Amino acid sequence: MEALESRPRRRFLNYFLGSSLGAVVVSFLYPVIRFASPPLIPEATTNQVEAGDTSDPLLMTKGFKIVRFGAEPVILLKVTDTEYRAFSATCTHLDCIVGYQKERTRIFCNCHGGAYDLNGRNVSGPPPRPLTAYKVNLLAKGSEPAKIVVSKA
Amino acid sequence: MIARVGKWLDDRLGLSTIVELGSHKTVPVHRYTVFYYLGGMTLFFFLVQVCTGVLLMLYYRPSANEAFESVEFIMTVVPFGWLIRSIHSWSANLMVFFAMLHLASVYFLKAYRPPRELTWVSGVFVLFLILGFGFSGYLLPWNQLAFFATKVGTDIAGAVPFIGHWMVRFLRGGDRVSGGTLSRFYGWHVAVLPAITCVFLGAHLALVQLKGMSVPPSCKEEAGKRQPMKFFPQFALRDLSGWLFALGCLAALAALFPWELGEKADLFAPAYENIRPEWYFVFMFQTLKLVPGGEIFGLEYEAIPILLFGALGLLLMLVPFLDRSAPGKGKVWSIVGAVALLFVIGMTCWGYMSLLPLYVVILSGILLLLLAFITRGGRRSEN
Repeated sequence: MEALESRPRRRFLNYFLGSSLGAVVVSFLYPVIRFASPPLIPEATTNQVEAGDTSDPLLMTKGFKIVRFGAEPVILLKVTDTEYRAFSATCTHLDCIVGYQKERTRIFCNCHGGAYDLNGRNVSGPPPRPLTAYKVNLLAKGSEPAKIVVSKA
Repeated sequence: MIARVGKWLDDRLGLSTIVELGSHKTVPVHRYTVFYYLGGMTLFFFLVQVCTGVLLMLYYRPSANEAFESVEFIMTVVPFGWLIRSIHSWSANLMVFFAMLHLASVYFLKAYRPPRELTWVSGVFVLFLILGFGFSGYLLPWNQLAFFATKVGTDIAGAVPFIGHWMVRFLRGGDRVSGGTLSRFYGWHVAVLPAITCVFLGAHLALVQLKGMSVPPSCKEEAGKRQPMKFFPQFALRDLSGWLFALGCLAALAALFPWELGEKADLFAPAYENIRPEWYFVFMFQTLKLVPGGEIFGLEYEAIPILLFGALGLLLMLVPFLDRSAPGKGKVWSIVGAVALLFVIGMTCWGYMSLLPLYVVILSGILLLLLAFITRGGRRSEN
């Protein structure tokens, strides 16, 4: 008789013990998961960078160079002697850094074979979106090679 | 004296019970017995990884400014550093290779049937952990290949709906692959993954002991007729001689083909030509290359194969619960497995088409012939 009476009480105690154990586990796990998730760190916004001048040997020979735009890589292309273009160098497919194939006049990603035209449009291969364009200004000063300034469009 | 020490230990540890248990352990003998050695071989390479990995930790420094230089130091200055690091890299590849062979043989011989479902699940989980080791270890030398492989590999997680972005940040330790990613991957490679692997590998090995070796339905009769092999010493000695041979191969590979270090990672350089991941990821890499750009219902095309591969991984783990056919039946699953295997091999070959050396083809041909010969040999001795 007594055993029967104590059953609901035992069940209640078991339930209580179980849920407090669960709460302990959660109170351990929550800070661990939050700790392991990297905090958001605001980055200094970059609006423009100087990218050397038109006499840069990389631009002269390969026709392109990768410029540091804050933490972002930006590809600077020499299309003609007077025309320069800049795009985000991060492939829109899976985050690789693109390069320029001068002989085929296209921007190309060696990782998965994605190709963009010189307007940054994705023309073949896996990339889903075009590359973001940046503005290029040439600051000429007399007979010296012009300074290249890349800025957000 | 030795006998007295033995007696003393036995009184305290009960060693004789273990020896007694071990002496009863047998291995069935039939034409596919050779496949029983594959798991042990994988275990051997895992042990080599643990030993060489611990040694590498003595000199390796997990930071963006020092990682590459410390590996260079190991390769060029530390006595036998080149050997330890090359063995670590070669053994990693061989471990993946044998784990895959082990998986394929268990799959096609249907050893995952009841009561061995959990052995299979734990085994597949260990294979995924091994791939995790491969992926995280890949970044540690902080070279160009490592940098791009990690960029792509972590970006892939972004395809997962809803939590994709969080996963990418979690894996990278921030928005970009940076020095923070390196310390994170190091932590996983040397602490988190080994801890999880210990649990699952332990469970896997315990289950193998508990349930014994599975005899394929087609070999039941043959195994019944032939005398089973004692585990101690017959099978164990065969295992050990295999391990000794593997150690010799590792030393030869490390000495003749030391692992390259490449160039230090440059966060502002285009990916170089013919860049590709380690061979065991090439089939996924090649598939990703073939999927064109575009969007359907807000889902980018590239996400489709990624999610499919994820689903297939899960499916692989659940095979024992899905294949409920009677012993000797269930051909469909063998066909599905064969198609999957052909896909993986085909895509891998395609991925290497530009530079597949002839010797790889010849070597794999010889290996297959050898396997066929050994299994046939077993059948002949039965007649």
